[in-house]
Amino acid sequence: MTGHVAKGSTVDQKGGVPAVEAAGIAKRFGPTVALADGNITVLEGETHALVGRNGAGKSTLVGVLTGLLRPEAGTVRFGGEPAPPLDDRAAWRSRVACVYQHPSVVKDLSVAENLFLHRQPRGRLGLISPRRMRAQAAELLESWSVPVDVDLPAAELTVEQRQLVEIAGALSLGARFVILDEPTAQLEARAISRLFDRLRALQASGVTFLFISHHLPEIYEICERVTVFRDARHIVTDTVDNLDRDKLVAAMIGEARGLVQVGADRALVADDAEPVLELSAVTVPGSVREVDLTVRRGEIVGVAGSAASGKRQLAEALAGLRGRTGTVRVAGREIKSGSVRAALDDGIGYLPGDRNIDGFVGGLSVAENATMSIAGELGPAGFVVPGKRDAEARRMIAELDVHTAGPHQPVGELSGGNAQKVVMARALASDPEVLVLVQPTAGVDVRSKESLLGAVDAQTRERRGALLVSDELEDLRVCDRVVVMVAGRIVAEHRRGWDEGRLVAEIEGIGEDNV
Amino acid sequence: MRTMSSSTVERPTAQGPDRTPGGPTRRTRLRLARLRDLALIPPIIALLVYGYTLKPDLFLTKAYLVDTVLKYQAELALVVLAEALVLIVGKFDLSLESIVGIAPAIAVFMAVGNTDAFGAPWPTWTVLPVALVFGGLVGAFNGLLIVKFKLSAFIVTLAMLIALRGLQLALVGGATISNLANRIPVVDYLGSLRVATLPLSIWIVVLCFAVGIVVLGYTRVGRSLYAVGGNPAAARAAGIRVERVVWVTLIVAGVLASFAGLMLSARLGSVAANQGSGMIFTVFAAAVIGGISLDGGKGSLFGALTGVALLGLIQNVLTLAQVKADQIQAVNGLVILVALVLARLTSGKAQD
Repeated sequence: MTGHVAKGSTVDQKGGVPAVEAAGIAKRFGPTVALADGNITVLEGETHALVGRNGAGKSTLVGVLTGLLRPEAGTVRFGGEPAPPLDDRAAWRSRVACVYQHPSVVKDLSVAENLFLHRQPRGRLGLISPRRMRAQAAELLESWSVPVDVDLPAAELTVEQRQLVEIAGALSLGARFVILDEPTAQLEARAISRLFDRLRALQASGVTFLFISHHLPEIYEICERVTVFRDARHIVTDTVDNLDRDKLVAAMIGEARGLVQVGADRALVADDAEPVLELSAVTVPGSVREVDLTVRRGEIVGVAGSAASGKRQLAEALAGLRGRTGTVRVAGREIKSGSVRAALDDGIGYLPGDRNIDGFVGGLSVAENATMSIAGELGPAGFVVPGKRDAEARRMIAELDVHTAGPHQPVGELSGGNAQKVVMARALASDPEVLVLVQPTAGVDVRSKESLLGAVDAQTRERRGALLVSDELEDLRVCDRVVVMVAGRIVAEHRRGWDEGRLVAEIEGIGEDNV
Repeated sequence: MRTMSSSTVERPTAQGPDRTPGGPTRRTRLRLARLRDLALIPPIIALLVYGYTLKPDLFLTKAYLVDTVLKYQAELALVVLAEALVLIVGKFDLSLESIVGIAPAIAVFMAVGNTDAFGAPWPTWTVLPVALVFGGLVGAFNGLLIVKFKLSAFIVTLAMLIALRGLQLALVGGATISNLANRIPVVDYLGSLRVATLPLSIWIVVLCFAVGIVVLGYTRVGRSLYAVGGNPAAARAAGIRVERVVWVTLIVAGVLASFAGLMLSARLGSVAANQGSGMIFTVFAAAVIGGISLDGGKGSLFGALTGVALLGLIQNVLTLAQVKADQIQAVNGLVILVALVLARLTSGKAQD
């Protein structure tokens, strides 16, 4: 990676002309003010964090900084020069690049073609030369040490590979300022640490990063300075040393109090408490092998593990989305395998791992989404009585503190955290005996995290149980017990108060023997 | 808040990236993906062999293949080419079949029709340019509604189909403008001229597909069709003028369809009131069997061409096999379904 130092920029140029400077940016979408006073200054060669709750205006600022949104007011400058006109995409792309959370590649085109989209190298007769394009793409990826086959369709890349290809493509256009929009959200631990190693190496060669993340520890790990946005405004910019975690959270949520530790006061669940969910020799072909597990009434059991551990497949099998062998009992009743209807009817409430895929129907209202799994109970003979549905939805909105204009607002208009609360409401709608939750706080801001985990806590204080599958240690801390899965089996179990380092080591499959 | 990326743990460093690409399996699969283009070649050969067993003395002769099979597929092939372009860019155009009727109808009507509006009769050389310009204008108007007013391409072109069909009925008056031979030079050329023993229409189809394959495969404009159809946001970020690409594609499709219409009129020597009617179903069938995705951004023109050839052969073989005329459509539909299932199985991916 070294040896590719950008022209004219050195590592220690901080304090010189800022790489990017945006001042007084304002943007509204219809009646919604997306950005009222957007200011940010990113110094040459630094890795700068941009944090804020969902709806704070981060995405809008990214749109303006990449030239894809036209601000109503304000200026953007790159290296002291005014930003190019909006329709000069080539000029924008040579100054700034953004790696989005959602793929911005053309899936059916090859990696090589994606890298050279609209600037394919030409050969004879002015026609594109696929041979030359492949060679240049291979050379480009090799020069940034990205081990990806250039002939592969972009659809077949892993998230990690896709991000690296997009970064390499951006750098090849001359951009030395790269925006990373929640790059770690879909990566597992090892991939995140590889990504960070790479970012540090690129930073050392003069690349400036704007890093957006909901995971505050990551910000302290790789960023030098941090800017906080709240309610469409710039709140504070400072070095990470001057802004400790409590101050940062306070700036994000606008109150001078940090987050409470949800679930710290949960009562101990007795070993002989009545079991509500019993798994015995549960096997999912290809991912889960003979798992035995018991969740008791009033207990939250966390399931940790890497992406390949099979924890997610286990949850999906419980929800009836996957076939399985072995027996699953809810409150003593055996559940049929591979049927979502059976799982629902027999008392399993399920919150899927990616709300955007199978969590909600964006065009339907909060009420319709929240009551989807119990539509049959909202009126006689298959009819849904709107009044009944709305009453049910209002009860859920109040209970879960969903910030919405009302039961009729489409879920697609809500922020990530509030949409997730609606998905949670759906999981709770059938009044299940046991909740199966997968990554319940993925991609939601700190305050929503707190209220979602608070909901899980509150819902399981009495007779209900919960199985919480998550990558987030914060989620797992709420649990009364945490089991660790490796390669489809449960390999360890901890009571509340586990040691973070040890748990992570077990998850990574490098248990005590190797440490 | 903390993810598993915790730096408190020493990780083995020798592991490197999980998935290092390359290796023989991947190469084989890639080659198979390219073979998707050739997926229809085996059934085409099978149909040729079957046709030969039905009529050994006739079927594989050049006269039969050219004058009974290919000549009748020339217009269909051009419209499939047009529709394939529109599908690849991620849109729909149902109105192409009505352009096949209305464009030659208007051009011919202004030249030899019973009217004196707009200074008619126009000289007969205007037939070709008028037809093409009219086709292009319809495409441009569709584009205005789809690109500028952001209306659904499906509904816009469906409405256009109905409107143009009605206009044609009004123009031709329910009858047929017939006996065009020897009155309009371009009709004579398209209908009966042969170059190197093949009908001109077949040469035109070959030329259009050849140009199309080169443009789509080897020019930035052509590749941008795939980018726009596959992921418009990525295309826009790459500096492709997404709206313009869609619009131009719709116009080109209109022009191609009007040319196909003129070829059809030339072959028949007339413009029927219902010329082109119902054609769009066959067009979509050929394109999808040929591997063009209805979701956009996927498929090749060569594949689309094999789709046309397959449908043409099926039609002929069914006739040769003495399937009754009143049953042929039902059998044809079944065969299309079977072809779709086979294409799904050979490509190994869900049909979209």
